[in-house]
Amino acid sequence: MGHGMIEWVYVGVVIMLLVYLGAAAWDVERLLDHPPKDSKVVRVIAQQWFWTFEHEDGTREVGELHLQKGVPYKFEVTARDVNHAFNIPDLTVLIDAIPGRINTVWVMPDATGEYLIQCREYCGFSHYQMRAKLIVEEGVSNVSANIDAKDIPVVLPETKAAVVSN
Amino acid sequence: MWEILFSTHHTDIGLLYIILSLVAFMIGGALALVIRTELFLPGAQIITDPNTFHRIFTTHGTNMLFLWLLPFAAGVGNYLIPIMVKYKDMAWPKLNAVAFWMIPVGMALVWLGMADFTWYATPPYSILRAPGPAAEMWIFGLKILGLSSILGAINFIVTILKMKHPDLPLMKTSLFVWGTLVTSIMILVALPTFTAALIMLFTDRLGVSGFFNPNMGGDPIAYQHLFWFTFHPEVYIFAIPAIGMAYELIPRFARKPLFSYQSGVTAFVLLAIVAFASWAHHMYATGMDFTMKTTFMVGTLAAVPASALHVFNWIATMWGGRIKFSTPMSFVVGGLVLFFYAGAGGVVNSMMPLDFLTHDSYWVVGHFHLFVMGLITFAFLGMIHYLFPLITGRMYNERVGMITFWLLFVGVSMVFLTQHVLGLYGQPRRVFDYVPVEPLIIMNQIATVGAMISGSGAALFMANMIYSAGKGKPADMRDPFKLGEQYFDYTRKEPHH
Repeated sequence: MGHGMIEWVYVGVVIMLLVYLGAAAWDVERLLDHPPKDSKVVRVIAQQWFWTFEHEDGTREVGELHLQKGVPYKFEVTARDVNHAFNIPDLTVLIDAIPGRINTVWVMPDATGEYLIQCREYCGFSHYQMRAKLIVEEGVSNVSANIDAKDIPVVLPETKAAVVSN
Repeated sequence: MWEILFSTHHTDIGLLYIILSLVAFMIGGALALVIRTELFLPGAQIITDPNTFHRIFTTHGTNMLFLWLLPFAAGVGNYLIPIMVKYKDMAWPKLNAVAFWMIPVGMALVWLGMADFTWYATPPYSILRAPGPAAEMWIFGLKILGLSSILGAINFIVTILKMKHPDLPLMKTSLFVWGTLVTSIMILVALPTFTAALIMLFTDRLGVSGFFNPNMGGDPIAYQHLFWFTFHPEVYIFAIPAIGMAYELIPRFARKPLFSYQSGVTAFVLLAIVAFASWAHHMYATGMDFTMKTTFMVGTLAAVPASALHVFNWIATMWGGRIKFSTPMSFVVGGLVLFFYAGAGGVVNSMMPLDFLTHDSYWVVGHFHLFVMGLITFAFLGMIHYLFPLITGRMYNERVGMITFWLLFVGVSMVFLTQHVLGLYGQPRRVFDYVPVEPLIIMNQIATVGAMISGSGAALFMANMIYSAGKGKPADMRDPFKLGEQYFDYTRKEPHH
């Protein structure tokens, strides 16, 4: 059964390769899935066809997002009308913005500059130009962590629907 | 002409399926060329209204998947399965005709409606914002096409399992029969979910329910689960008949027996089962938790060894054979090469961290086109060349056939390999326009030129088929490809009707 042997060896090699790749992916994703505890929260609200960003201190920005270099940020992403996807291609940030849900993704920008923010899920007429600008600045860190509890979206346990109060 | 239209004989219906699907292939291809021309440069080129663009790519996708891939596989199945299981016709000839004649109806609804919500009609956009009546027409069109596939699948299963000649054990039938059997069973398992989702989508649009409408407490993600539970297996429903065709062609043109029949059957069955364990890998970015992502990554990777078995089987069959690279064999081997790229890209997509780089970008467009255009369409085109003498009694022009192959192979590689890189540069899919920076412009232009090359290949293919069907040389029916073996040893001329 020389024939069969070759096939088994081949399948064995393929499976070993897949197990290795799968384990490596698992190991990386395990880290990426959990934002650092001291992350600053930025709420990202998508709607046809622009982005609104809300910082912890209540400042709002539309179409532009200012972040500081070297600070971990946790984005809480949701949408008002239809599905969108929050994407910063250069920083590999991608998460769907879905009405009724809050998805989180985190990033720590490590270089100052301007980056593109875009919508990556088809959302209608102006999907292709639903863009915003990310500006990463040198850290000033005088932002006070003054969170008003009413502004934080809560997930109702019974319906699992996210409620934003404002 | 009228005889064929009103016939219930399996070869007539098979021919109708094939012709209809080729028409859809040409129209879908023309739409693809419009899309690529529009993206040749940033800004508006030939289309000024983004909505027109959205309607075009939605119709292109729906058309290619449901009116080209599915009907063509059903057509070849209709033509060959009864011959291969040695029965006079399909089990239920009238049902067969009904299943076929539902397709033009679905086709008319999809084409005339031209919905704009992409081929996966994702809510809440599809229920809250998509303009009617296009959306309703799409929903009903898909409903009808789905019903047609279900009827066709039942007919195939019964024909293969019940009408098979008693002296022919299942394990001695051709692997194409196995492919069709496995595909048909998968259709029966997978399709009901989407059928239900379509009804829910429709009532949601009417406003009488809110399954997927967040304003009424519904959940859009539920739709995505229902949708992908049907349409991830559907990928294999498209691919397995093509793999079965490759199994038909490779041993003949390598002039060597198949390496392992058993491993072919095993890989089919494995693929069919594992196909149902990976649907949510399309949804990593919807905010799935870590455990679920891991589960679906493992389920996705589990499909790779089965596909790898098929590839191994093909290469081992060709190894040391006296391969004759006529048009059918060239298409199959070209498809095999592109299948390898597609499979490798698929492994990258299933890696959780990397998916966030590739998801919903042009990478994905390139990736799945390498499957549907590379593996599947190439195997289909190889098969239609191979069946040409059987269907028409004439021979196509071999030189034109080879030119067709090279145009398509070069064109397809240019378009879809470039699109992978475009995706890594961050160009989202389904965009009417892109950021005017140099790398994106250059790559989009390469892709457009590639699309033009494949378009001319497809046009040449059609010309060859049409011309040769009427004026080609009469084929030597014993061995039209000069392979030194009987062409179809079951060639039979039974009275039609």
